[in-house]
Amino acid sequence: MRWRWTAAAVAAALLLAAVAAAQPPNGVIRPSNESSLHPLELGAQLFAGNCASCHGSGGRGVTGPAQRAAGGTRGQGPPLTGAGAMAADFYLRTGYMPLGNPKNQPEPDRKLWNPREIHALTAYVASLGHGEPIPHPDPAAGSVGEGQQLFTEHCAGCHQVAGQGGVVTGARVPPIEHVAPVEIAEAVRTGPFLMPAFSKQQITDRELNSIIAYVRSLGAHDQGGWGIGRVGPIPEGMVTWFIAAIALVALCVLLGERLKRT
Amino acid sequence: MLRRAVRTLDERTGSAPFLHKALRYVFPDHWSFLLGEVALYAFIVLVATGVYLTLYFEPSLGKTVYHGTYGPLRGMQMSEAYKSVVDISYDVKAGLLIRQTHHWAADVFVAAIVLHLLRIFFTGAFRKPRDLTYLIGLMMLGLSLPEGYAGYSMVDDLLSGMGLAIGYSVALSIPVVGANVGQLIWGAPYPGAHSFESRLYIAHVFIFPILIGTLLAVHLALVASRHHTQFRRRKADGQRRVIGVPAFPGQAPKSLGLMVGTAALLFLLGGLVQINPIWLWGPYETGLSTNGAQPDWYLGWLIGAMRLVPGFDVTIGRYTLVPNPLWGGLLFPTLVFAVIGLWPFAERRLTRDRRVHNVLDRPRDAPWRTALGAGFLTFVLLVFFAGSADRAYVSYNVDYSTQIWIYRALLITAPVAVTWLTRRICLGLQRSDEIDEEREAAEREARQAAQAPA
Amino acid sequence: MRRRSETVVALLLFCSAACAVAFVVFYAIEKLGRNTQYMGLALGGSLAFLAAALIVTGDRLVETEQIEEEYPLPDEAAQEQVDELVADTGRRFTRKRLLGTAAGLAGASLGAALITPAASLGPVLDTDPLTRTPWRRGRRLVDTHGTPLRADEVDPKTFYTAYPEGADHDLIGSPVIVARLDPGRLRLPRDRAAWAPEGIVAYSKICTHAACAVSLFRTPRFPPTQPRPAIVCPCHYSTFDPAEAGKVIFGPAGRPLPQLPLMVTAAGELAAGGNFSGPVGPSWSEVRNRRAT
Repeated sequence: MRWRWTAAAVAAALLLAAVAAAQPPNGVIRPSNESSLHPLELGAQLFAGNCASCHGSGGRGVTGPAQRAAGGTRGQGPPLTGAGAMAADFYLRTGYMPLGNPKNQPEPDRKLWNPREIHALTAYVASLGHGEPIPHPDPAAGSVGEGQQLFTEHCAGCHQVAGQGGVVTGARVPPIEHVAPVEIAEAVRTGPFLMPAFSKQQITDRELNSIIAYVRSLGAHDQGGWGIGRVGPIPEGMVTWFIAAIALVALCVLLGERLKRT
Repeated sequence: MLRRAVRTLDERTGSAPFLHKALRYVFPDHWSFLLGEVALYAFIVLVATGVYLTLYFEPSLGKTVYHGTYGPLRGMQMSEAYKSVVDISYDVKAGLLIRQTHHWAADVFVAAIVLHLLRIFFTGAFRKPRDLTYLIGLMMLGLSLPEGYAGYSMVDDLLSGMGLAIGYSVALSIPVVGANVGQLIWGAPYPGAHSFESRLYIAHVFIFPILIGTLLAVHLALVASRHHTQFRRRKADGQRRVIGVPAFPGQAPKSLGLMVGTAALLFLLGGLVQINPIWLWGPYETGLSTNGAQPDWYLGWLIGAMRLVPGFDVTIGRYTLVPNPLWGGLLFPTLVFAVIGLWPFAERRLTRDRRVHNVLDRPRDAPWRTALGAGFLTFVLLVFFAGSADRAYVSYNVDYSTQIWIYRALLITAPVAVTWLTRRICLGLQRSDEIDEEREAAEREARQAAQAPA
Repeated sequence: MRRRSETVVALLLFCSAACAVAFVVFYAIEKLGRNTQYMGLALGGSLAFLAAALIVTGDRLVETEQIEEEYPLPDEAAQEQVDELVADTGRRFTRKRLLGTAAGLAGASLGAALITPAASLGPVLDTDPLTRTPWRRGRRLVDTHGTPLRADEVDPKTFYTAYPEGADHDLIGSPVIVARLDPGRLRLPRDRAAWAPEGIVAYSKICTHAACAVSLFRTPRFPPTQPRPAIVCPCHYSTFDPAEAGKVIFGPAGRPLPQLPLMVTAAGELAAGGNFSGPVGPSWSEVRNRRAT
């Protein structure tokens, strides 16, 4: 009996360790007088406390592995001078930043900032240099049809043609069906992580509106019942085996056993 | 009324003796004997819905511009074939119901064949005198895969185009003559001649269905002429006499119920669950592709195999002997079908058992067959699941290349482990059967002993 | 008990009929007739009720008994007779081997003759078409709409799909993927030094593994901690390095992506500097000793 308890204890310890590892190494540091600070001042303090370890003091970046940033931490991150409000707003509102380990893919799994803090940090990063402002896409002005064509050409390779996300070697591509228009626009222009950044020359603002209109329209004109994820054959095969085959085997068992009784 | 009909028919065809024999055909009773029937009924639904669809489908790669009901595609250039399927889905009343039912029926058809095959294999029903029946069944499974592939490929949507591209690469990968075979089938280098669409079409609606239908008739005739197998019974001599309910009246309502029930399920799925929403995929062009592209489930083992093979072409100098797609796309399925097809003969040779078998084994009765079958199934299933590693990465965040390496490792170890474990389980079950029998015998003796003095 | 079962069956049959009628009614109503769910529920429901009626009938109403029958045994007398008949006929031939050979020859030749027309299905013996591409020196790169691609328009950190001007986009040799890389990081073979003006490279967009379009372009936002740029195929995730002449760095592909030499015209537009570095698309036996033509 005893080995079971030992095993359970080890499993629990491992689980705790896994949970701990999933947390950012040093949670978010907030100034105690947060509510009384001017946004730019708050942004500067939050940046110094939470971002400078990788992005360098004043957002100058930490580009070499040997280089040590403020506070002695060993993170590595791009300079943010010239990143602009758009990129900052995107990374913060999606929860991609702060990133626990700079070698990991940013994941939108934890949103640590409240809107006022995001605003403050965005304003601070924007003040570091000349960069793109937050875009204001207008999907209503776009055409869904044109959007589908553009999406298939530029986006479907990674994000799947119905926006359900996918895989590129070395990264997981997020599904975008339910992403807010402004975030789509920011991502297209910024090119986070391994994603290309599309300039206004390559995809004009009007075309971007169409792409967003297409993404927002997914499922709206749909027919044929339960969409089972809109990724095609894999969920279809699961329905075949886990619903249809099981139902039919059950029907066979029902018929076969009933016959046996007589 | 009925009596008059039978008499009228018999006077002209002499069919009454045959009819009587058919009505008294003996159906031994076990639920697993009905799995093949499910496949048959799915096939009937396939033919019925398929005929309906041919009335609307336009097998042409001619370019046209869409002006139909589905908004997002309006004004887009596409092939006549793709447009006609969008029209079936959006503009033909009940068209989408029929189309989706047809596609679900295809998925269920192959699934039912596989279940049926597993039952036949693990109970030893393939042994003489039914080895020919087994091979014909296996041929039908082999034909239903290209049949399904042709079906979803001829729609000319983004997914079908990508599937065809892979098929083309597999054709080209045949050693020495691949380029010739590829050009013969496609009529020109990929994406092929315009007539390629009609080739797919005629293959899908004529050649393969006729072949499957013919083999189906032979399969059923052979089943009927050799009779069903049966499980062992306590007292009867199962090898010589088949025991069960007559086709009429005993079996008929059940089988009809199963047929209508299968059709009911397929139409419910066709109405309620979306399958292959081609309007979302959009039309195909050689230079376009989408992430997460997959074949229908019954070809999933091939995409899995093609993804697991490491990146190399076998070359002699500058001559390419084995282009990479051959391993996963052609050799692997050939190997699987060869193993399944040759098993009855291998088993006969290895066990030196050449007798006629009308009585089935329970899986535990033949531990080696069950164990090797389970191990082989594990192997194929692992390759099959490897085909969905990309979507598993999206859903469960396990890195794609890590998964590929895990699958490669499992492919070597898991089949062996499963074989060993299955054999142990079979032997254990045999042992517990023996214990049960001994106990029963002892109880019987005790009862007799108790009654004797009285 | 029997009466109750009969009532149940009758009720089920009525329900089946009702659903079937509903199907027709739905079909007639414009809006419901286009709703797959209602239609499927009605038709599937009708069939399901009918199936239930049949199953209850079989279970409760049909009296049946078990019957037995002999398994058929081989009919040895008939086998003997057939054997005799064939052997008897065969005995009358005196030169069996000659006739057998001649018959075999006739059969095989006729069979070959009959399948010969199938060779018209494609250029069977001529594999040259597989090497053909529409790219020629000086042919401009255009986008989907036919607009020429200018070198100064090509941004870094993104990719473009381009086609040969005036050619059929659907040809396997047409689409190319264009990207601007850091010239300092390019590792091209020496004979391709001039193929990438300003660091702009172009590769066939057709995967050398299974002919899917390589429409995934990964490009790191921050190269020190993130994977290097790569072109990826979505079918089996073959991954190619655009900085190293399309070398395979992951996945099942056996050949690098064919590279298209580029040049910048006097008007600043991108044009092909020649044909691809090798045949486009999946491998066949001759792929490595043929040139793109």
